[in-house]
Amino acid sequence: MRAFSYERAKSPREAAAALAADPAARFIAGGTNLLDLMKLEIETPARLIDVNGLKLDEITPTKDGGLRIGALVRNTDLAADKRVRKDYGVLSRALLAGASGQLRNKATTAGNLLQRTRCPYFYDTNMPCNKRTPGAGCSAIGGFTRTLAVLGASEACIATHPSDMAVALRVLDASVETVGPDGAERSIPIADFHRLPGETPHVETALARGELITAVTLPRPIGGVHAYRKVRDRASYAFALVSVASVIHKDGSGRVALGGVAHKPWRVEAAEAALPRGAKAVSEGLLAGARTTSQNAFKLTLAERAIGAAVTEARG
Amino acid sequence: MAILDDLQLSRREVMATGAAVGVAAAPGMASAAPAEQPTLMKVSFTVNGQRQTLELDTRTTLLDALREHLKLTGSKKGCDHGQCGACTVIVDGRRINSCLSLAVMHEGDEVTTIEGLGGPEKLHPLQAAFVKHDGYQCGYCTPGQICSAKAVLEEIRAGVPSHVTADLTAKVEFSQAELRERMSGNICRCGAYSNIVEAVAEVAGAKA
Repeated sequence: MRAFSYERAKSPREAAAALAADPAARFIAGGTNLLDLMKLEIETPARLIDVNGLKLDEITPTKDGGLRIGALVRNTDLAADKRVRKDYGVLSRALLAGASGQLRNKATTAGNLLQRTRCPYFYDTNMPCNKRTPGAGCSAIGGFTRTLAVLGASEACIATHPSDMAVALRVLDASVETVGPDGAERSIPIADFHRLPGETPHVETALARGELITAVTLPRPIGGVHAYRKVRDRASYAFALVSVASVIHKDGSGRVALGGVAHKPWRVEAAEAALPRGAKAVSEGLLAGARTTSQNAFKLTLAERAIGAAVTEARG
Repeated sequence: MAILDDLQLSRREVMATGAAVGVAAAPGMASAAPAEQPTLMKVSFTVNGQRQTLELDTRTTLLDALREHLKLTGSKKGCDHGQCGACTVIVDGRRINSCLSLAVMHEGDEVTTIEGLGGPEKLHPLQAAFVKHDGYQCGYCTPGQICSAKAVLEEIRAGVPSHVTADLTAKVEFSQAELRERMSGNICRCGAYSNIVEAVAEVAGAKA
């Protein structure tokens, strides 16, 4: 690990300004992903700004009937919150399907959104990676692709986003609230928060330099049967090969988003009209444009079947 | 015999020597990048009820502070990347991977390690149950397993749900399935899992 200076932020705005002014600085909260990457020298900040003291750790009702989740709410606390369990079950389920109890106790809401890919070539510093070194090339293309993206990938990157929580937030139409170095606040729809890789896979989110996430907001509850089905190589404590976040109503209508298949949570609203006609019908639109290899083509079949299981479960 | 005496280094001394050589080699390796000066910082926290103040390189993890600076070597370094759980300790009542947390981020915190739960003279009920049920072979993962298990039982009592909890809105109950899911962040390479489950279940007051 490279040496770094360490300081505790005093306010969200000051933290944002400090980061904006120093290209070598990074925020740290739970640290469960950043420190892992610093040990491997994939991340090499010269300065860490600890945001844990910023009192962004409450879950409060919004005036339009939703919930505002502070950026520092730990994954364990968000999953266990009574309101989330009752009205946003897909979010509790997604969080509990991810990581381990120890990690969920530390990992934060904002940090979960900002975690980096687990693409094995991103982690292997002996191999070129456009995320680590823009322009270096992608070792994953033509390599071991079984766990990698089948939708929305580019010639520069086929990494997937590893978060389960983000897939649930996508299906719930959440928004990401931020504050900038000048104190300006804005709200980013979750659909626009994570980017597709395109030619700049190192740019992973819509955040500007120095912009700090302060909260994630959920709109008012939409009812329906909430489920998160995660298919992985182990029964617990593994990243998704394919996951499905779903909210399905009695009449068969609803929403579905996929994890493990793309550089961001994958949802196609236009395809959801076909949901009452079943998994095959909705998958046609949702998986349109997929590009697979012989190693990861199974993800398309798996996604359709996982959606099918969610639909069946929702019918009771 | 003099030569033999020289060789009578403990395993720990050999490891420390290896680490020192690593440090000595660092300036040469860093020639491509500007020299980095370590930043030292003071931090105070409580470990097993005792107040501790340390001056540490900011890079020091909580695990290394416990093991290398406070000589509490019960907590183990397995993978050092949060994957194996051997480093699990309890901070302010919650289990965490101490390898994935910087010591300087624990100002004022209360840390409990395996040494704080019990010792040979007075075993914690979980320690006694692990002995009784043979919940280990090599023992390397055991301190992490026991710290994790203690926190798991408290999480269930506090109503924290898990991936295998059937009804998110119902009361959370102890079961083998709950225990196995919640302990999945603690790897046992010897495969003593079934005995670990029996040991923890006995302490939980349930039949394994």
